[in-house]
Amino acid sequence: MKLEMKDRPGQLVAALQPISAVGGNIVAVIHQRETPAVTETLDVQIVLKLPEGRLSRLLELLREQGVNVVRIDEERLLYECTLIMIGHLMHTDLSDTVDRIDTTGSAEVTELSLVMPAIASPSSARITIRSTTRTEMKKAIRILRGVAEQKSLLIIEPLEGA
Amino acid sequence: MRIAILGFGSVGRGIARAILAKNLDITVTGLADSRSGIIDPAGIDLQTALDQKENGGPCGSPEVSPADVVAKADYDVLVEVTPTNVDDGEPALGHIRGALGRQKHVVTSNKGPIALAYPELRALAAANGVFLKYEATVCGAIPLIHAMQEGLAGNTISRLYGVFNGTCNYILTRMAEDSLTYEQALAEARELGYAEADPTYDVEGIDAGVKLVILANTILDMQTTLDDVERTGITLLTPEALQLAEDQDCTIRLIGEIVPEAGVLRVSPRIVAKAHPLVVEGTLNAVTVETDLAGDLTFIGKGAGSTETASAVIGDLLYIRDRHVQGS
Ligand SMILES: NC(=O)c1ccc[n+]([C@@H]2O[C@H](COP(=O)([O-])OP(=O)(O)OC[C@H]3O[C@@H](n4cnc5c(N)ncnc54)[C@H](OP(=O)(O)O)[C@@H]3O)[C@@H](O)[C@H]2O)c1
Repeated sequence: MKLEMKDRPGQLVAALQPISAVGGNIVAVIHQRETPAVTETLDVQIVLKLPEGRLSRLLELLREQGVNVVRIDEERLLYECTLIMIGHLMHTDLSDTVDRIDTTGSAEVTELSLVMPAIASPSSARITIRSTTRTEMKKAIRILRGVAEQKSLLIIEPLEGA
Repeated sequence: MRIAILGFGSVGRGIARAILAKNLDITVTGLADSRSGIIDPAGIDLQTALDQKENGGPCGSPEVSPADVVAKADYDVLVEVTPTNVDDGEPALGHIRGALGRQKHVVTSNKGPIALAYPELRALAAANGVFLKYEATVCGAIPLIHAMQEGLAGNTISRLYGVFNGTCNYILTRMAEDSLTYEQALAEARELGYAEADPTYDVEGIDAGVKLVILANTILDMQTTLDDVERTGITLLTPEALQLAEDQDCTIRLIGEIVPEAGVLRVSPRIVAKAHPLVVEGTLNAVTVETDLAGDLTFIGKGAGSTETASAVIGDLLYIRDRHVQGS
């Protein structure tokens, strides 16, 4: 599920406590960089996992905290798969790599950790993809394999499927 | 039971030592290395041959060739333990054909002939009424082939995957433990004798791929070659990648995988939860077999080593003796 809110000072912190109070798990916090920086607010998306039936209680708690939820996107990204990529990730346009999955619409990269040891040497990244169905996950991994081949990246897949 | 041993290196000598140390009722009547051979129907003095070899000499006489031993020695079983050649299987393929043609059983640890020519060799063995056994070709000491052919005979195997190469497993274990680079861990493996001077065969996943081909062709009714194996080695792995896996209680292992129904044969580094039974340390091998009746089984053990590989060869020899060799 995704919650979108205005990032006024303090709002993010205020949102976190209720989420854990209802047993939710934060998958990712994404700042929408496209929003013009001139406005003093910034859009924030929180992607989170929530046990069934806790949404209304969460919204109630958020309202009490004064958090302004702009949009709720109750997409059920049930499948999760974490892979590791090795190679010249930045030089081969990492955001394009991520976009190729995100633009499928039914799978998205929800987490990315990047380690760049030295300028010329290959970097390593852990990438988590979530999707609505198993088929979509397979498709996303196929896309990633294709991109990896094209960009000479090594993809390390998990032993167990999505 | 009388046997002839072709190849007197790590495995051949391991077999000789086990025969000397234990009362296995096995007499060696033929023996050869690359430069020499001995034929003695009364039984070769193995200790002398071992001593000669240890001192850098040949095991026998330069007048006796390996081919002579195959063709002329008086044996029930030929033990073929010469170096693996995955391009044409020679010289082992010729040795094995020669012995089967003489109606002699064959036991081998040599992956080349089994991966390249199993259907032909099996037919030749059947036509001559003898056994061809190759337990030691896959995962050294682990009786994986026996377990799949005998113990799990009634099962359908839906997937098989595991750690088939001890050298790679050692390198990855060390990279994870001490944040070593691939090059550092490889250098260490070489120093300890776990990696060859030219490690290509291990680190590019060829060795694991050949083992998959053997299992696929001899047990899973597939007809594959090394070219059918999707193969990625471990040479590009970074300590950072292992750390990223570690952060999630996982690690990276070189996994060989067969999915018979999908026709998939694959060797590649994979992310595996550290709690998974396949995550074994050092040079160990481990294989999980998913079956319909027996459920999942995981076998763990030494995939290489002189004595350990000899264990698999001797298991095959005694299997044959108990079933087929009379008057030994
Ligand atoms: N070592 C293991 O742990 C292990 C595990 C599983 C399977 N295997 C397989 O078992 C086989 C033997 O391995 P190993 O480690 O014992 O190898 P090794 O130590 O290199 O010994 C090979 C032996 O074969 C001899 N040889 C070479 N060419 C020959 C020829 N044309 N005719 C007769 N003998 C010949 C060599 O003679 P010289 O002594 O004169 O050089 C040497 O004695 C290989 O196929 C290997 O893949 C090994």
